Amino acid sequence: MPRLLLIEDDRAVREGVELALRRQGHDVAAVATGEDGMDRLRSFRPDVVVLDLMLPGMTGLEVCRRIRADNQVPIIMATARGDDVDIVVGLEAGADDYVVKPVQARVLDARIRAVLRRVGGGSDGGDGLPQPETHDDLSIDRAGLTVARQGVPVPLAPSELRLLLILSAAPGRVFSRQQLLEAVWEHSYHGDSRLVDACVKRLRTKLGEPPGQPRFIRTVRGFGYQFSRFTDPARPASR
Amino acid sequence: MRRRLPLPGGGLRMRLVVAFALVAVVATVTTGALTFRAARTDLLQQGQDTVITQFRDGVDSVAPGVSFPPTRSDLQSFATQVARTQRTADWRVMATYGDLSATSQVGDGFAELTPAMRDSVGTRAATVFQRVATGHGPALVVGIPVRFGSTLYDGSADSSGLAVFLTVPQDSEQGYVDALVAAVERATVPALVVAVLLALLAARGVLRPVRALRSATRQIAEGHLETRLAVHGSDELAGLSHTFNDTAAALEESVAELRRMEARARRFAADVSHELRTPLAAMAAVTDVLDEDAAHLDPDTATAVRLISEETVKLARLVDDLMEISRFDAGAADLHLDEVDLAESVRRSLASRGWQDTIGTLLPPPDTARGRVDPRRLDVIVANLAGNALRHGEEPVRLAMTVREPPGAHPLAVIEVMDSGPGIPDDVLPHVFDRFYKSDTSRTRTEGSGLGLSITAENVHLHGGTITAANRPGGGAVFTVALPLRRDV
Repeated sequence: MPRLLLIEDDRAVREGVELALRRQGHDVAAVATGEDGMDRLRSFRPDVVVLDLMLPGMTGLEVCRRIRADNQVPIIMATARGDDVDIVVGLEAGADDYVVKPVQARVLDARIRAVLRRVGGGSDGGDGLPQPETHDDLSIDRAGLTVARQGVPVPLAPSELRLLLILSAAPGRVFSRQQLLEAVWEHSYHGDSRLVDACVKRLRTKLGEPPGQPRFIRTVRGFGYQFSRFTDPARPASR
Repeated sequence: MRRRLPLPGGGLRMRLVVAFALVAVVATVTTGALTFRAARTDLLQQGQDTVITQFRDGVDSVAPGVSFPPTRSDLQSFATQVARTQRTADWRVMATYGDLSATSQVGDGFAELTPAMRDSVGTRAATVFQRVATGHGPALVVGIPVRFGSTLYDGSADSSGLAVFLTVPQDSEQGYVDALVAAVERATVPALVVAVLLALLAARGVLRPVRALRSATRQIAEGHLETRLAVHGSDELAGLSHTFNDTAAALEESVAELRRMEARARRFAADVSHELRTPLAAMAAVTDVLDEDAAHLDPDTATAVRLISEETVKLARLVDDLMEISRFDAGAADLHLDEVDLAESVRRSLASRGWQDTIGTLLPPPDTARGRVDPRRLDVIVANLAGNALRHGEEPVRLAMTVREPPGAHPLAVIEVMDSGPGIPDDVLPHVFDRFYKSDTSRTRTEGSGLGLSITAENVHLHGGTITAANRPGGGAVFTVALPLRRDV
């Protein structure tokens, strides 16, 4: 039973969402403030956090940043549509997905299950490899779902990991934002491509890419993103 | 001056220069003419008086020596003697007695003497003079009758019948007059120069505030309502600048007030929708619970519960549409452009709503309709038009997309959505994109919020595209959307 932490200040919304999600089969802990949320995060150890962006006291954005400081638990933001700036800032602060209020319980449940699937890994091409694959100084372990750069583990949130696995499974291939939205977020074709852009940005930062000159994930203007093709170090490249 | 005024020949500066020059010329010429006239009259008068006096003195001194009645040679000698009294002047003298006449210069025809003057001297027995123009310039002709003194002859003071005429050229007088005219002419040129300089100075003084006004007006028109003029002096232009400043201040205040009102209205709309959204969020979260459990309730309660659930979903959609519209009104709607294949996008829009079999499509081949659009907004456009056709028109509903490449402009993706219903009444056609417009007042509430087509139109316009509604000749309505396919932005 997935454990879900709901941080929502409005009592009616909190109770309604808690009730609906419990009926969908989740183990729900609901709190009203960001401070309480940070406490329950340690004691409850949720599988996913649903976070209202508009919170009294510690804001949703602040909560998001604090969680991400040492925790890669999936975060779904609940926002009011039109708060475009908040959505972008929230995504860049590390949120994996967002929903626009008012949201029906079944839509929220679908998003929660999609984000949980990302954590579980699964068939994303190239599985069954006995050992981690290497791209330059980056090693990706598809079975163990870990990534390391120069031997140092890189902690990745589920969306970031999933995005990297999909892109790196086919180096040189260009993925459109719509394809990535469908593959990583399980959104419709017309979803918000800012999810992809924000996630790529976070991923580049975590991989230590120099600003403006990404080595691993390149932007293909007008089309989308591609993972760089590196020459296999075992086979010297023919000059 | 940063910018020259693009003035034609009738510019203020030119007009001032011309006016000043005219005034200067008129003043100089008038003064000159009056001076000339007065001086000329005086000069001529003086010259005439001198000549007449000298002539009379000459005649008086010579006449007593004339024997009477004179012979032709007497007359000849008389005339010569009179002429000699003034050796320096160029005197020509003629003496007449009855039909006899003789001149100081032999063979002189004395053409200047008119018969009228000759008669006048004979009959009036008084000194007569006349200015005449001759071929050699003006001349003064003077006639004097010689009378018998009472002591000289038999006591009658009657006319002797002897008359003396003098013709003297007036060249010197004409010379004075010419000199006067030349002086006036010479005075006119410097006066003109001074007048033009003054005109330019005056023009600068007038034009500077006028230019300042002009550029300030332009700045106001460009929206810089804080523009004010520096006011110097207290003339009419300063008054105009004051008025300008007052007007600009009033305008700025009005605009600020309007902006404040608009901001208040916008904040109110945002507050209202936010307040609506929070309870709606709670209600929307539990509609699924209501739907699931309605089956186990008694029929009346079940109906009530389902009603609440359905209407909550509709209310949520209406509030969502209201929010969307108010964002367009506030100018806060952003385009998140992404390069997509529009044909694929349209296909996905229909498929995600289960309309892929109900709506016939005619789409361009893959990758021929690529362009930068906002995918979410394109989805809204397609879904609203298709949904509208299915609700208000009749099947079959068709959607066709073509790519047009007008010369010198972005290529356009043209999307047409056609239904086979009765079409749109003519009186409704101009209002189909109006908010909450109901074509038939008696019509019951439809599934839509009443904002669908307005939002569609706003989304099309946000892309820089156009949308039109029309009726097809064969029946049925057609909505046509043209979206520019920006490829390199």
